[in-house]
Amino acid sequence: MFSEFLQYLFTGITIGATYALIALGFTLIYNASHVINFAQGEFLMIGGMATVSLTAMGVPMLLAVVLAVVLAGLLGIALQRLAIAPAKNADVVTLIIITIGASIFIRGLAQLVWGKEYHVMPNFSSDEPIEIFGAVLNSQSLWVLGVGAVLVAALVYFFTRTLTGKAILATSMNKDAARLVGIRTQVVLMLAFMVSALLGSIAGIVVAPITFTSYDIGIILGLKGFVAAAIGGLGSGMGAVVGGLALGVVEAMAAGYLSSDYKDAVAFSMILVVLFFMPRGLFGAKVVERV
Amino acid sequence: MFKNITRRASKFAAIAAVGLLAMNVQAAEPIRIGSFLAVTGPASFLGDPELKTLEMYVEKINKDGGVLGRQLELIHYDDAGNASKARNFASRLIRSDKVDIIVGGSTTGATMAAVPMVEQAQIPFISLAGAVVITTPVKKWVFKTPQTDRMAAERVLNDMKERGLTKVGLISGTGGFGSSGREQTLAAAKEMGGIEIVADETYSGSDTDMTAQLTNIRGAKGVQTIINFGFGQGPAIVTRNYAQLGIELPFYQSHGVASDGFLDLAGSSAEGLRLPASPLLVPDSLPESDPQKPIVEAYKSEYEARWNAKVSTFGAYAYDGLMLAVEAIEKAGSTDKEAVRDALESIQGHVGVTGTFNMSADDHNGLSADSFRILEVKDGGWKLIN
Amino acid sequence: MMARFSRFRLRGLVFLAVVAFALPLFLSNPFHYGLATQIALIAGAVVGLNLLVGFAGQISLGHAGFFGLGAYFSAIMTSTYGWSAIPALVVGAVVVAIIAWVVGRPILRLKGHYLSMATLAVGFIIAIILNNERETTGGPDGMPVPPFDVFGWELSPFSQYSLFGMDIGGDLAWYLFAVVVLLVAVWLAQNLIDSPIGRALRSVHGSEVAASVVGVNTAKYKSLVFVISAVYASVMGGLYGHFQGFITPSVASFDFSILLITMVVLGGMGSTIGVIIGAVVLELLPQLLADFQEMEMVLFGLILMLTMIFMPKGLLPTAANFVKKRRSKSAGGDA
Repeated sequence: MFSEFLQYLFTGITIGATYALIALGFTLIYNASHVINFAQGEFLMIGGMATVSLTAMGVPMLLAVVLAVVLAGLLGIALQRLAIAPAKNADVVTLIIITIGASIFIRGLAQLVWGKEYHVMPNFSSDEPIEIFGAVLNSQSLWVLGVGAVLVAALVYFFTRTLTGKAILATSMNKDAARLVGIRTQVVLMLAFMVSALLGSIAGIVVAPITFTSYDIGIILGLKGFVAAAIGGLGSGMGAVVGGLALGVVEAMAAGYLSSDYKDAVAFSMILVVLFFMPRGLFGAKVVERV
Repeated sequence: MFKNITRRASKFAAIAAVGLLAMNVQAAEPIRIGSFLAVTGPASFLGDPELKTLEMYVEKINKDGGVLGRQLELIHYDDAGNASKARNFASRLIRSDKVDIIVGGSTTGATMAAVPMVEQAQIPFISLAGAVVITTPVKKWVFKTPQTDRMAAERVLNDMKERGLTKVGLISGTGGFGSSGREQTLAAAKEMGGIEIVADETYSGSDTDMTAQLTNIRGAKGVQTIINFGFGQGPAIVTRNYAQLGIELPFYQSHGVASDGFLDLAGSSAEGLRLPASPLLVPDSLPESDPQKPIVEAYKSEYEARWNAKVSTFGAYAYDGLMLAVEAIEKAGSTDKEAVRDALESIQGHVGVTGTFNMSADDHNGLSADSFRILEVKDGGWKLIN
Repeated sequence: MMARFSRFRLRGLVFLAVVAFALPLFLSNPFHYGLATQIALIAGAVVGLNLLVGFAGQISLGHAGFFGLGAYFSAIMTSTYGWSAIPALVVGAVVVAIIAWVVGRPILRLKGHYLSMATLAVGFIIAIILNNERETTGGPDGMPVPPFDVFGWELSPFSQYSLFGMDIGGDLAWYLFAVVVLLVAVWLAQNLIDSPIGRALRSVHGSEVAASVVGVNTAKYKSLVFVISAVYASVMGGLYGHFQGFITPSVASFDFSILLITMVVLGGMGSTIGVIIGAVVLELLPQLLADFQEMEMVLFGLILMLTMIFMPKGLLPTAANFVKKRRSKSAGGDA
């Protein structure tokens, strides 16, 4: 009984940590530019796929990881520079469509370059599952949680202690005022996208041994990350993490205790319930609407 | 402004019309084989090897002189596993490209969406999809090369019974293949008697962890063995979770993962599992007397040499489809659709990679459950059991 | 000014009718008619979505759910229960309207991305239910749909009909029918836009706070337009199912929802004729790109991005602006 519950919990937390990392990426970009980046999931995909293909070519794992992350970062900058910036004052919906177009484009490229098969990435440490009170935990899950925690801590530090981080926050609060105090908003926006891409790709690499990787894993994971970010409250880092974990756990519990057929429906219903009672998500900021 | 718009519109319409007319220009000579496949999208590991197979063998046949002295022309479209697109492309093949025969339809949804059109246009159609509903009830113009999912279920359930396993846990994907396989497994168990499905869980195609479902199945009363119906990476994740959870029960997969690609993904956790498959994965284990041996070996070596990729059972469906089409056209002596259809229906003893086909008026698939061999994963490779 | 508006809108409708009825002169084979019919039906759904997104300014990322509900309701009623198609469509529309009302009231209180998130969730839930309930809906492999019938008289793409003494194929007959339906849909939409309801909607879009200050019952109007756009989708979905003869749950999928909204944005939000052009472009593009095989996804994404970056207002408004600027230039300076 208890071991079953624990099993569901472990599953939920592992997948929830993935969602949380993706949600953080959404939050970052949303904070800097109020854009919802539907291509966020593709950064995840790039991280995993690039690492796999580089190691297949003989590049040592650590170097492959670094290169993959750098590639994703460059892609993030390119996305901001070439797709978002030129659209300047476009409608919210238009920007969403642009990022959707970007996600299709990136996926198409990935398919051309890397093919359509699924690829496996070996666990970072051991393949032996860890047993705790009758439930098993994949050692890679600990990596996901660990790396996730480190990334979250790094982000918090970045935004509260470093000048660049504060500049990003300032830009998101009031672009013109930020420019007036000398912040190069253009650079800041590029930076936000880059950091978000780095985040996504690292998440993708650390999760790949569990989920396998292919050119199209970005779609659903990206979507679930968006869902998690919205539940947690767009713009709130804490919300992204809590939202991600909550979504993962609810999914796993629904699969275990209710119906595996409808577990996704349960998760989506949960979103509706949360938003019904808290229209700005769990930790969403109370925004004053200017008339 | 209105005038401007109409002027622009008529220009556009004129260009569009020319473009559309150009699409209608046809050459009279070659035999046109049409195909719509799921080359990209969630079913791409069906459509991709199918397309590769069709392309390479059309090439080969043409090099050897073609069929009835005419060259073959392959016209193919990618429906990405979407039934609506498939129907559109089927329409385009029949009405725009005016093909003589269609070999395609990687997924059941795509196939069934195209069936009304095929029946109305009266063109022979060899489907590459799995569900039993494609050929039961028999439709005049629709044939198929893969065994039905019903046969796969029966084959596995029989193997289980032979091993004394009568309480079965079922886990399946919610996609077309998994869902249909699940339904057929439940129906087959009921009809066969003496074997019972005691647990029934599902997972969706994009899920990354199935330990919750497996935990539920493991907890089911008296469960002795587990079968997973699905394709893609889902079954590989199920297999890994299975090993992680330390489940000791005999494990079966479906023919949806009969490929070396699956072994790559599942790794050592696949050790000991069984599944029904065509002998394509174990050509060396076939006795010399087996009529399929030379065909299977030839297809395997040719495909792997050409594409530098592991051969797949799904590509073999396309191989058999193409070869059946060619035999029918040769038998009919022309590409007259009615004649080719009749020839197709009368094919007997056609040795293919998937099995030996014996078509008839009531059976447009031509295979039986025995065409499936039971394979087991041993030391990271496939071993023929039965 | 109201008169000028109506005249302009009438022009759009007439233009559409002329183009649509003239098209058969340029098309030569049933495949083209089939494609055109499909475009017309989807365009009808998009016209409805435009009311919600373009005029009322509410984002919906789950609209395909209503399309799918309409399609499946009509399919199930006509095949399993032997209903005639028209009652099935009507009752389906009522059922969907009720669902949209019930679901819409709480959801439409949300703003911006939260609203899109909620509509996304609704769409997914509908798609999952349609996918899982195999006995009723045929599951992921889909179900066949009987041909459309008007109390016994069947309209099928496969039959032959005679119109004004001429022999026409079912494909052409369906196309003409679909065009008529589309024209009615456009006419209704335009009448709605020009009515007090339409003005209320536009005020909500402009500034919800201001609108409520002036006394507009924003919640009621938002719900109303949500229901109306859902009904549009439901009716078009039902017709689509009968025309195709077969439906799968992908007709309610997230991908299709995104496609619908992209048609609205691409064609020009708030422009009824514009969104129809959006539908035409996005349905034709995969057919035109089909020969590019492997490159199709890359090209599609690229075209989408570039079009939205350089024509953020959408195809038709940008084209109209361009024409206007040229006119004013040739008229000699600022007009």
